[in-house]
Amino acid sequence: MNRHATLSLKVNGDEREVAFAPHKTLLEVLREDLALTGTKHGCELGECGACAVLVDGRPVLSCLMLALECEGADVRTIEGMQEGAQLHPLQAAFADLGAAQCGYCTPAMLLTAKALLDDKPSATRDEIRASLSGVLCRCTGYLQIFDAVERAARILAARDREDHV
Amino acid sequence: MSDNPDKKVDEFNLVGKARRRVDARAKVTGQARFADDLVLPRMLHCKLLRSRLPHAKIKSVTTDKARAAAGVRLILTGYDTPVPYGILPVSHDEHPLCTDKVRFVGDPIAAVIADSEEEATAALDLIHVDLEPLTTISDAEEALRIPEPRIHDYGDEGNLHKKVAFDFGDVDEALRNSERVFEDVFFYEGNTHLAIEQHATLAAIDDAAGPDGRLTVWSSTQTPHYLHRALAKALELDPARVRVVAIANGGGFGGKSDPFNHEIVVAKAALMLGRPVKICLTREEVFYCHRGRHPVLMKLRTGVSLDGKIKGMELQTLLDGGAYGSYGVASTFYTGALQTVTYKVPRYRFQGCRAFTNKPPCGPKRGHGTPQPRFGLEVQLDKIATALKLDPADLRLQQLVEPRSLTANYMSVETIGLGECIRRVVDGSGFRARRSGGKLPTPGDIAPVRGLGLACSSYLSGAGLPIYWNDLPQSGVQLQLDRSGRVTAFCGATEIGQGSDDVLALCVAEILGIEIADIKVLTGDTDLTPVDLGSYSSRVTLMMGNAAIEAATRARDLVAKAVSDKMGVPVEKLRFAERRVTFIDDPARVMSWQDAVILAEAKHGTLGTTGSYKPPRSAAKYKGGGVGPTPTYSYSAAVVEVEVDPVTGWYDVIKVWIGHDIGRALNPPLTEGQVIGSVYMGLGEALMEESTFRRLPPKLSGALVHKFPSMLEYKSPSTMEMPPVEVFLVEDPDSRGPFGAKEVGQGPLLPMMPAIANAIFDAVGVRVDEVPITAEKIARALDAATKGRPARVGPTKFPAVAWPEALKIAPPWEGGDGTASNDRPKKERMARPGEVPIGDAPIIRPEVRR
Repeated sequence: MNRHATLSLKVNGDEREVAFAPHKTLLEVLREDLALTGTKHGCELGECGACAVLVDGRPVLSCLMLALECEGADVRTIEGMQEGAQLHPLQAAFADLGAAQCGYCTPAMLLTAKALLDDKPSATRDEIRASLSGVLCRCTGYLQIFDAVERAARILAARDREDHV
Repeated sequence: MSDNPDKKVDEFNLVGKARRRVDARAKVTGQARFADDLVLPRMLHCKLLRSRLPHAKIKSVTTDKARAAAGVRLILTGYDTPVPYGILPVSHDEHPLCTDKVRFVGDPIAAVIADSEEEATAALDLIHVDLEPLTTISDAEEALRIPEPRIHDYGDEGNLHKKVAFDFGDVDEALRNSERVFEDVFFYEGNTHLAIEQHATLAAIDDAAGPDGRLTVWSSTQTPHYLHRALAKALELDPARVRVVAIANGGGFGGKSDPFNHEIVVAKAALMLGRPVKICLTREEVFYCHRGRHPVLMKLRTGVSLDGKIKGMELQTLLDGGAYGSYGVASTFYTGALQTVTYKVPRYRFQGCRAFTNKPPCGPKRGHGTPQPRFGLEVQLDKIATALKLDPADLRLQQLVEPRSLTANYMSVETIGLGECIRRVVDGSGFRARRSGGKLPTPGDIAPVRGLGLACSSYLSGAGLPIYWNDLPQSGVQLQLDRSGRVTAFCGATEIGQGSDDVLALCVAEILGIEIADIKVLTGDTDLTPVDLGSYSSRVTLMMGNAAIEAATRARDLVAKAVSDKMGVPVEKLRFAERRVTFIDDPARVMSWQDAVILAEAKHGTLGTTGSYKPPRSAAKYKGGGVGPTPTYSYSAAVVEVEVDPVTGWYDVIKVWIGHDIGRALNPPLTEGQVIGSVYMGLGEALMEESTFRRLPPKLSGALVHKFPSMLEYKSPSTMEMPPVEVFLVEDPDSRGPFGAKEVGQGPLLPMMPAIANAIFDAVGVRVDEVPITAEKIARALDAATKGRPARVGPTKFPAVAWPEALKIAPPWEGGDGTASNDRPKKERMARPGEVPIGDAPIIRPEVRR
């Protein structure tokens, strides 16, 4: 009866243990075994980018990663982006500037943008453009997404300055 | 109907102010639920076995091995679902699972329902299908040449699904009397919606409702009402026992507007098993669902005077429809209907033909049938301007259709902000001064060249007629007012990302003078919400918006009556704003909205109102005139700047300036988002997107297959290809729109393709009369020019089509009344304009080995 693999990992800050069929991808384990359906899929072949989540702070396509590769990893999904009831500045900016239309690629866009700003708080538009290029969006034409990331970067920078006063 | 469309924006409570959309929070937190996110206890999974041959007779389907496989609960074949269905009453030519024939690679033959997706997938391999191949019809020109074997046993003839012909006045005479006649042949390749969400459906039975249970289907559908009808028909169910919930769609663009075989199959399985059944298509399967842009070959002849004024126009279109009817009859009419609503066309001839071919069915994609002929028209106008040495903007500006007028084909134009759109983009881009002039590169010149192109377009704010003939409202809204002050708005409209839920909340809140947070919207649920026909033809803002305004106005009247009685002031002296009801003459006399609602409930009893909307009757009374009319048209103009490498033909889009006549922007960031999203999708079509097909090698069956049913190879623009876009919203409120608003979700896509073609010409002097406009085609045209051949790539011939006798309709200015002089008498008609039922396809109960 060794049909399930088990795994310990950190998901959105919580230590989780999960048992699952060993062939499953991280995407499938997140959605099906951990009920975190905020992570989306558009192809399950690594083409559309909709399934991006953060593994140890870096954006990865969860449809291309076996869950078994995530032992001990720190995984962050869209469900873990809010700060309590407060939207993360990226989420707020996306909501205010029309950066989410159908909302299907939005979790992947947000997490990918978060990884960028964590790494480069004052990323230029070209850097934003390049970092989001692996996530396809059919609704927005991307421009309002760029605007939202830039606004969030400014808000985060201001908050950072306050923290250091 | 609309509430003072002439109001200035600062006189509104909420209209015109930038605001977070009602569903924004759910969408940025991952809480928005899509169909594949739904899980029910005891849920089973479904997979479909699809045809590997493009055209074949089904000899037998053997399922016993699959039936015995691990985890398998049920196998369905065409035998189980023999009743045909389809979106249009005139083409009920689809079966949930194929019965006697398969018609394209991807056509579903059998379904496996199992405990897990893996088990269902594994069992597919155990089903044996015996197919007898038939001749493949691979494109529209082949369909013209090869009438047998027929893909369907209905349609106008052979493999031609539909042929239509109209003469609006004596076009031959108009062309004879023109100083110049321009003739061009264009080709527009098919492409697809590519919504990021794969189609998914969950069906479940509620046994508590009685011995037969009630069926609920949650689906990624743009048209829950039509799906409701299709499920009832195909499964022979009482519609009162079927509930369809259009859950949030992860993008639609027209690709989720048909009732789909997988939706009916999981419903059937749930009914048979009494357990929930879910299906989520793979990306490859989404390419087989398709219903995307029709490939269209077009011939356009336009007669003009020397100052460029159009005197007559003749258009022929040949559509490659793929394997099923879908919306195709409407698509065919749409390739002709809107050619007349931008520039004055005194006389017009339109002939259209749709062919059946052995490919995934085409249908409605953003712009439905109109981007293809619009591409031809706008490129040809550019050629006319060049030939007659006229400025392309002036050529257009001098002959715009007049507001509140009829066109030659009896389309009724209300407001038209096209002139302003053109002026804004021309001024914004410096179009007149910055053009390069369309010169061919000098040999040896390798420096990239810039060019600017202009094009315009128009689109519907909702189709004038429903898909099936009826005299009922096309959108209904119901309001419930709670003692808390909360107002719940129920409407069958479907949120596909375009923001329709936000429009609903806005219209209600604006009229009642309350906040968006006071409104709860409940949409797209056929059990709970009044019918709205769905999210297609850019109809929702206008139709649902007007219905919402009517319902809210009635609610305001009820509340006003109660407050007026209590305060002893006239109803018309009450102002509804900022969650208060205020006596205008003495603002100290004021009541909170919540208190006013309680007062009204005490006076009237439980509070609820309804509102509904039906478009005005069309002036086009001829048969076929039902496609094209709308309450009001939107207009767009675009200038695109490109930079072209004169050696390789590679080009970048540097910038886009787009003007859109929106009537009124209800929530500007959302309005602009629709414009930019349309620009993006148009860029994709212009630059790279194409649904093309290839033959497998003979040793692998030689079947005609989709060339690239994957997102990796079906190229669509990423962030890296998206240029800056400057949006000009032209606001000339239209009295037919809610607060003056017109459509925005589709129109701004249309000018992109011709504007790019015209910009390429301006840069390097070559014409690509085809979409997509690829670097390879530009390089070929440049190469042709160096060899002394025409600097052009594109089709040269339009095949001979045996057109039916044209309906002859005199234009309004030639004494016409909107009817055809040679139409069949009304009593012989089988349906209303635009609908000619052919009767349903026969119910075939095939011999299938079970």
